[in-house]
Amino acid sequence: MNTFSAPEIDYSAIAPILIIFVAALVSVMVEAFIPRASRRFIQMLITYGAIISAGFWLFTIRDTRVITAGGSLAIDGPAIMMQGTILVLALLGAMLISERSLDSLGDSFAPRASALPGSVDEREFTSRGFTQTEIWTLFLFAVTGMLSFVAANDLLFMFIALEIMSLPLYLMVGMARRRRLLSQEAALKYFVLGAFASAFFIFGAALVYGYAGTISLPGISDALSVKTGEGALVLIGLGMLLIGLFFKIGAVPFHQWTPDVYQGAPTPITGFMGAAVKVAAFGALMRLLYVGFSGLRWDWEIIVWIVAILSMLVGSLIAITQSDIKRMLAYSAVAQSGFILVGVATATAAGIAAVLFYLIAYGFVTIGAFAVVSMVRDASGEATHLSKWAGLGKKSPMVATVFSIFLLSLAGIPLTSGFVIKFSVFAAAITAGQTWLVIVAVAASVVAAFFYVRVIVVMFFSAPTENTASVAIPSAFTTIALAASATITVVLGVIPQPVIEMVANAGIFIR
Amino acid sequence: MNPTNYVILASVLFSIGAIGVLVRRNAIIVFMSVELMLNAANLAFVAFARMNGNLDGQTVAFFVMVVAAAEVVVGLAIIVTVFRTRQSASIDEPNLLKY
Repeated sequence: MNTFSAPEIDYSAIAPILIIFVAALVSVMVEAFIPRASRRFIQMLITYGAIISAGFWLFTIRDTRVITAGGSLAIDGPAIMMQGTILVLALLGAMLISERSLDSLGDSFAPRASALPGSVDEREFTSRGFTQTEIWTLFLFAVTGMLSFVAANDLLFMFIALEIMSLPLYLMVGMARRRRLLSQEAALKYFVLGAFASAFFIFGAALVYGYAGTISLPGISDALSVKTGEGALVLIGLGMLLIGLFFKIGAVPFHQWTPDVYQGAPTPITGFMGAAVKVAAFGALMRLLYVGFSGLRWDWEIIVWIVAILSMLVGSLIAITQSDIKRMLAYSAVAQSGFILVGVATATAAGIAAVLFYLIAYGFVTIGAFAVVSMVRDASGEATHLSKWAGLGKKSPMVATVFSIFLLSLAGIPLTSGFVIKFSVFAAAITAGQTWLVIVAVAASVVAAFFYVRVIVVMFFSAPTENTASVAIPSAFTTIALAASATITVVLGVIPQPVIEMVANAGIFIR
Repeated sequence: MNPTNYVILASVLFSIGAIGVLVRRNAIIVFMSVELMLNAANLAFVAFARMNGNLDGQTVAFFVMVVAAAEVVVGLAIIVTVFRTRQSASIDEPNLLKY
């Protein structure tokens, strides 16, 4: 019989994950034992406290490079970089979730998600001013999953982290206060398709385990270098693992859920999800490909190329036809996934740094853009139809200008972060000898620029009508989140050097 | 008995589950099909654990069971909410989100 030896755990290195996780558990207890009146305040205290303290801890251990917990977790440069990004995005996301002055009824979430839409119960809950506080618990669990996802160094832990991240998000998507039918429908679609994709992921993991005899990524890499034969098993397995991850990224052809979920979800959740899930999923994807399957580079490279090209073209082309601002941003997210995949396909140190930089800058733009979307309202709630944005630039020049900054950044115009990140990804791809891919990407970004600029034209160069929405006055929460993301977007575009050095120092994925 | 047969059985179960998700309309049945896919993965893990002669696969199977249980909690909550709103558990009926 084998003797069991307990794995060594470097608690300091995984403390950021543990802090958020413990906060999530405490938050469950708060829901159970604290009276309703003081719950919201305490939940916010726990959430902000946990995110900020995890962030500080992460800052103090930023030079740690260690594989711990029996090989399950790799806390290396890219992992710490992405964990930091996720924590900052979570902080901004939490601010959007805290907002309650935009809507006359309160925050963005249904007072009781279980009450039937339009029922007496629902009106009763609303008129009594009940607020949903479970959202904070789910939020903390989702952040726990994301922090673990980017550090997961074996297939089992990656799967568990994927689920810890996804399951709370499915629920959060279904909790909108207004347009609840849309919100519930989005949750149903996201859940069914998400569960389908994660089933592919775990079956792929089983096949890879059958090939390699181990589930740890470095072990798989070793097996690939010594074994010959049984190639079909590992190739099908890798393909299924990639289906699971491409789904989370929202890359074509696994993007079908993206527009529906982005549109149906409460806008603060859309912003947080659009930004942070992308960081987490790309982190896991890069670790899987670079650490586990670097031996199959020639096989996965082609898959990543095809998915990147499809995402860029399909995302950009369909976004042109959209008349709903949230759906347009969703297709733009699909296209941006394609641009990031161009960087992933390079598999060089410069490529990794470019992708990290892209994820950071893109995250802030996404949160900021959805913060603006949550502020533009009419009598029925958020006015997401593009026709209602006509003339917004004359009615509220300040907000329209800030939104234009985000759109210009997404389009990749100089002096915004979007130009620098696109440039660094494309430069890395050209250095890696993939000039043809960059040509496709540049063509796609020209198409994409069209629909971003169209929104700016609609806002500034058409006269306001009686249909034009107005901008609600936000509280300090949204104002700070919006100001921070707009400032970062411009600063990264003008003086990107510090962040470029930071991501270059993050180095490569250790094994 | 040759453990390879179990891997083949697992693949067949996985395919049945995948086809079930794609063709069935009732959300509960779709959901059961997803569970079938997860359990097919469990069977494959256990069979491969036998073939590889280590215990990793059996450990994974336990974790996947727990995840499947957690997925049931979340999934049924969403499906029941949608059912109460629409008086139907059909996957095709919610079609407000398009274009």
